[in-house]
Amino acid sequence: MSAETAGSVPATRTPNVRTLKFAESIFVPVFALFGSFLIFSLFLLVIGKSPIDFFTLVWTGGFGSSFSIQQSLQRSAPLILTALAFAIPARIGLTMIGAEGALVLGGFAAAAVAIPLVTGGAAAPIAWLIMAITAMAAGGLWIGLAGWLRHYRGVNETISSLLLSYIAIAIMNFFVEGALRDPASANKPSTMPIGDAYRIGSIPGTDVHWGFAAGVALAIILFILMSRTTFGFAARMTGGNVRAAKAQGLPVGFLMVACCAIAGCCAGLAGFFEVAVIHGQANASLVAGYGFTGILVAFLARHNPLMIVPVAIIFGAIAAAGGLVQRRMGMPDATVLVLQGIIFVVLLASETLYGRLKFFQPEARGDRT
Amino acid sequence: MNAAAPILATGRAPSLKAVGMTKIFGPLVALDDVSIDIPAGSFHALLGENGAGKSTLVKSIMGFYSADKGQVLLDGKEVSIRSPRDARAHGIGMVYQQFTLVPCLTAAENLVISRADAPAVMDWKKEKKALDAFMEQMPFRVPLDAQVSSLSAGEKQKLEILKLLYLDQRFMILDEPTSVLTPGEADEMLGLLGDMAARKEITVLMISHKFREVKAFCDGFTVLRRGRFTGSGDAQSATIAEMSQMMIGDTELRERATRRVHNENREVLELAGLFAEDVDGANVIEAVNLKVNAGEIVGIAGVSGNGQSALVEALAGQRPLSDGAIRIHGQNFFPRRAAFDKFKVFGLPEEPLKNATAPKMSVAENIAFRGFDKPPVARFGWWMSPGPMRKKAEELIARYRVKTTSPDAPIETLSGGNVQRAVLARELSGDVDVLIVANPCFGLDFASVSEIRSQIMEQRNRGAAVLLVSEDLDEILELSDRVAVMSGGTITYVSKIEDTDRNTIGQHMAGH
Repeated sequence: MSAETAGSVPATRTPNVRTLKFAESIFVPVFALFGSFLIFSLFLLVIGKSPIDFFTLVWTGGFGSSFSIQQSLQRSAPLILTALAFAIPARIGLTMIGAEGALVLGGFAAAAVAIPLVTGGAAAPIAWLIMAITAMAAGGLWIGLAGWLRHYRGVNETISSLLLSYIAIAIMNFFVEGALRDPASANKPSTMPIGDAYRIGSIPGTDVHWGFAAGVALAIILFILMSRTTFGFAARMTGGNVRAAKAQGLPVGFLMVACCAIAGCCAGLAGFFEVAVIHGQANASLVAGYGFTGILVAFLARHNPLMIVPVAIIFGAIAAAGGLVQRRMGMPDATVLVLQGIIFVVLLASETLYGRLKFFQPEARGDRT
Repeated sequence: MNAAAPILATGRAPSLKAVGMTKIFGPLVALDDVSIDIPAGSFHALLGENGAGKSTLVKSIMGFYSADKGQVLLDGKEVSIRSPRDARAHGIGMVYQQFTLVPCLTAAENLVISRADAPAVMDWKKEKKALDAFMEQMPFRVPLDAQVSSLSAGEKQKLEILKLLYLDQRFMILDEPTSVLTPGEADEMLGLLGDMAARKEITVLMISHKFREVKAFCDGFTVLRRGRFTGSGDAQSATIAEMSQMMIGDTELRERATRRVHNENREVLELAGLFAEDVDGANVIEAVNLKVNAGEIVGIAGVSGNGQSALVEALAGQRPLSDGAIRIHGQNFFPRRAAFDKFKVFGLPEEPLKNATAPKMSVAENIAFRGFDKPPVARFGWWMSPGPMRKKAEELIARYRVKTTSPDAPIETLSGGNVQRAVLARELSGDVDVLIVANPCFGLDFASVSEIRSQIMEQRNRGAAVLLVSEDLDEILELSDRVAVMSGGTITYVSKIEDTDRNTIGQHMAGH
């Protein structure tokens, strides 16, 4: 770190505060990312594998060909949405880790509402619209509930959202194994398949599904919402200091629940795309951990909706390369999880670097008494 | 330590001398070649504005900081203090502004756990006996079995001092020890400490900026300004004017706004039977009734923790009322954003960084808290343009002389006075009808204090109804047209300023 010490910065320089803050917010996560790659390399060396092979494979598997790039984008779609589901409440000061549950519930709700639509022969776009709205409403209610409990009942939102996730999964299982079970799904209880006619296809000319486009669009919309609207400003005020926000007469409870509901909508939408694009029905495959990886993505992106997109693509690439790594290096699938875990821990540890790297401070500050 | 030894034996008071203390933080020279000489058995005052280096000096003596230069001599011998633990081993102890007691434990438990050699398994019977024996020798007592959270601020302060004595720390550093006490409690405690010092049982170094206390109880004083030594002397013979000259130097103070006499007596703000509860459902404020007229400052005095902060929170919308009504111009006022704007209600809360700003947001954004959802910052009521926001911020930063590197700097990087100035700029730059102020000058330097007080007076002169809640009696006496005293969650005394005096107010503060 010696390069960042005060000595290298001329005292007379008056750098642009915004530029410095931005540079810092890029440097720290990138530093954390590479730091965790380093630690992961040590882990690979310990189990007798070559880190170089690993990262080469991840590169090839993630970005090596147009096919693998499309795979990476494909995989990043749910991550963008679940990361948004973490990032938006984070801006208002809430640590909501319930995107997994909202995704599952959203996916299930979409699949459930699809049954009468499909059997009734509704037009596909209308079915999609109804499914998407149902999924978003289900997810929004779910995370919104955690936000409501937090504000009006003082329930810790991190714990409640985590527990609500398990309840959401249980609700899906209850119906999928019971009332809504498709008799044809013998080994894996599922809802009735929506059928190929109701599957959402890919963006023309690619293998990337529309979920990715929706994720990018939502990321842009939410970025604008949070940075350029009074709603976003009020939410950031509340996140920055809830006492000050109350003293300005802001409807803090509404803002919190609204941010949570938006978050739930994002996760629910991810569930909709999982059903309408990937699985074609709701079953245990929806519980794929996207909600939790999304937390990691949001952290790495510093809860900035725009930054979430590239970070999600990186994680999509790592996930896409998972199979390749598994086959070529004979390593278990969980290896990628080890990498994710290390990134998360290093990332959290690197949070303490903010404000400490003198290079990024407009002026070194003294300790005041 | 040995609790059985005669702790208060006379002649055990140490002398302490710090020579050429220098401490540099980055570009800031916090202490520049400061020396202080405290003879054994002295009750010495360390004076200075905020940021003068008082805390840095005592923290360097205590070993929290390692001074870049300078020595500490205890009883004439140089000692090396590299950590608070070393200081403790040398018998140097400190009482901080904030209590360091564990509220859920009893006084006895607090004393015992503070010992470095507290055993892993306690023999409470034995400890209790030793403590009783220790207490016997003390000039003041604290109920040993009482839970600390049930003690009054005065008792807690006493317990902090007993803790130092219990740990055999005969050189005591007290950081503004009376800020949480009633004038009566403060006088009692300082008197006892003064007597102990006079008997050469202890030596005391007290950080203070209350000249009255320094004159009444201290024998010597040292003054710092901007990290430099600016004078020392005999507290009894030096005049307050001399001491304050050393403290402020030739800093130019903004002219204090004069109180304009006017015949306004329109009633503006009325608090009618306000009740509010804490989390356990106990009343923190009870039947608060008060009226504030236009062009009037009503000061609410009281010892910290008698419901003043709950009252301010209730007025600011940070705490729900369980009963009662706030009326402005005879209309019910609910502390929501639209009502703040309609009735032109503004507020300067205490500790603005904690209560009035989002520390990590920029200065410009913080200044926009009041106007972000109105033109010119917001169009159509929801679309914000950073341009007008920045322009407004730049204008106010210049007008209120907020020192910041840039409007984009996070507000937490500003000094306390500048944070308060930024909040002032936000709250006072418009048209003010009602102003709620709480401890506006807490922790600010002299120049900021007089500037902020004159701003408050200006609002009064312009016809605003000002409610000033303050723990600083001098501030209340200086600014108020009427004084109210809050004790036990309710208003117990109201008087015109000219019909009352410090003593009467003090007695009501103490609940008499």
